[in-house]
Amino acid sequence: MTLLDFARGPALYWSTLIMVCGLVWRLAGVALLPFRPDRSAAGPQSRGRVRGALGTIVSRSLPRRTFLARTFATVVVGYAMHLGLLIILLGGAPHILLVAQATGLSWPSLPKGVVALASAVTLVTLVFVLVRRCTHPVLRLLSNFDDFLSIVLTLVPVATGILLAEETVLPYRTLLTWHILSVEAMMIWLPFGKLSHVVFVFAGRAVSGAKLGKRGATT
Amino acid sequence: MSGMPPSLAPAAKPGAKPATRRVAESRDQADRARLDAAMRGFISDFGPEAAVYMEACLHCGQCAEACQFYVETGDPKYTPIWKIEPFKQAYSREMGPFAPFFRAFGLTPKVTLGELEGWQELLYDSCNMCGRCSLVCPAGIDIADLVEKARHGMFEAGLVPGDYLGALAGKEQETGNPFGISREDVRRALLEIGRSHGVEMHVDEPRAAVVPTVSSIDLKMYPASIAATARVLNHVGASWSFRTDGFDADNVSLTAGDRTGQRLVTEAIVDAATRCGAEVLIMPECGHSYTEMRWEAANTVGHALPFRVLHMSEYLAECLDAGRLKLRPVTPDPEGRGVTFHDPCQLSRRSGRSDAPRKVMAALGLDLHELADHGADSWCCGGGGGVALINRARPLRDKAFAIKRRQVADTGAGTVIVSCTGCRQTFEHGFKDAGGETGVGSLLDLVAGQLEEDGKTP
Ligand code: SF4
Ligand code: SF4
Repeated sequence: MTLLDFARGPALYWSTLIMVCGLVWRLAGVALLPFRPDRSAAGPQSRGRVRGALGTIVSRSLPRRTFLARTFATVVVGYAMHLGLLIILLGGAPHILLVAQATGLSWPSLPKGVVALASAVTLVTLVFVLVRRCTHPVLRLLSNFDDFLSIVLTLVPVATGILLAEETVLPYRTLLTWHILSVEAMMIWLPFGKLSHVVFVFAGRAVSGAKLGKRGATT
Repeated sequence: MSGMPPSLAPAAKPGAKPATRRVAESRDQADRARLDAAMRGFISDFGPEAAVYMEACLHCGQCAEACQFYVETGDPKYTPIWKIEPFKQAYSREMGPFAPFFRAFGLTPKVTLGELEGWQELLYDSCNMCGRCSLVCPAGIDIADLVEKARHGMFEAGLVPGDYLGALAGKEQETGNPFGISREDVRRALLEIGRSHGVEMHVDEPRAAVVPTVSSIDLKMYPASIAATARVLNHVGASWSFRTDGFDADNVSLTAGDRTGQRLVTEAIVDAATRCGAEVLIMPECGHSYTEMRWEAANTVGHALPFRVLHMSEYLAECLDAGRLKLRPVTPDPEGRGVTFHDPCQLSRRSGRSDAPRKVMAALGLDLHELADHGADSWCCGGGGGVALINRARPLRDKAFAIKRRQVADTGAGTVIVSCTGCRQTFEHGFKDAGGETGVGSLLDLVAGQLEEDGKTP
């Protein structure tokens, strides 16, 4: 078995398993805590818990005007990085092919230039985020090992992906191997560290959105 | 990090309790026991919500930009989510879904009592539990709620700032109100306020449809507001009564983190209002006590409340809608500067009722110049969450207040209207400390002065 075979075979299987089980474990660990029913009467402008939760999941993706002057850089970088990742994942032809092989589902890919641009933007923003974590006083205080590891584990797949797509002089199979392995490393770390925000930001929004939505407060 | 140098500490307020520090320093639990107590206090009412918050932080730092303490000082230690850092660490290490993993790899260090002591300033002096940070957080983390839980932990570890917050909370748990006023004295004081302000007072009536609660701070410092309450309730023709068996709207224990005291105060009010068959319980112009009664009391007593809980400005707005409250418009000030309004965080942001005071102001015909950030976006005055009751925090509070002062100045208004006693005090002190000339007025007092009585002016 070559390293590529390993990456495509058992490594993919195990990393997926670890990611899914880890996330389920972590979600269950919080969801199974005793839930205390809220007996307070709803506010006169209540939107109800469910609408509050769903509404906040969407609305918290949009910055509030009052904060924007002070959070502009974070918001722009956040959008650029996440949109970039989304374009690469859903628009890149090799990724679509992978999904098609696994599930039979397929959709048209984006032009190679668009994906290349998105990759470049993502890479640059990831580097910027890394630097900012080391320089901004608040981020320096907050950041821990997990933050840096999570950024690096996102950065490496993007970087190897770019090298792959640009057909450099580097040997294709080696690059592909490392690209897949780096994605798998990210998947393995995902449930344990802050990459789990792919699930928990929405959970957090739902929870506070439900509470404040019932009150009829801004969420 | 904790405590101001004595030279910076403001002089003691007359009439306030001496600096006993008894809550903070008289316990000599072993460090470990105190740490355990802190963690137990923190997680005592931990449900899935709080646990999700613990898992969701991105370390993006945006909450700092929403908090007056960081914005005005630039000190990163005032980053909202950082204020609960030791509790967050202990949670992932001891209780989170991956606790063994975190321990095994040493990913989160052990929390020490010394650290918690250092965090006292962050959890008390520099957090108003105003929830502005909760509104910016992309992960929807209700940091204000976590601070409240962390304060439960700090209380259990004996780490509440003594002057005066801890002392007042201690008194409240002991006697039912923060100044230890006896029932009989409260009754006498209320009747005396009625006499001296020439308004009919109802105290301890066996039946009453409307029961207003009282802030002890109003009782001591703003008796006119208590008279105003009586005047308005008489005007709208309500069957009403103060109840000395459950009146303390302050719930200082809530901000101190003392759950036992908090429960005692809440239960006393619920019992008193239930006993006299109240349909409406009015919380006075007071922020956190309103949140407690409005959103938490039913959970504390374990059943839906048999009456509605309204903030004073909600009640006024309802009476206006029902046509029971008739107001004369105010005479415009000669300089034409108009007024501005400071939204109490707990009513506007945390409860979604910024409309109620505005309805009342419109009925008064006030020339309202809104602050740049108002309604749900409003900045806290800096005194909420018990901060106004921490003696040594005054210089920091004044700093946090600067943003409010600037926004008020930008409106050009001559008066700030407030509808919370805590805000009122903070504004008065803040303007005084900064040497400003802006007036501070209570919405309720204003209303009471503009009642349209049939054929007579009050
Ligand atoms: S609740 Fe208010 S005072 Fe406390 S950290 Fe958040 S923004 Fe700052
Ligand atoms: S804004 Fe929310 S996610 Fe960002 S650092 Fe603060 S608490 Fe964490």
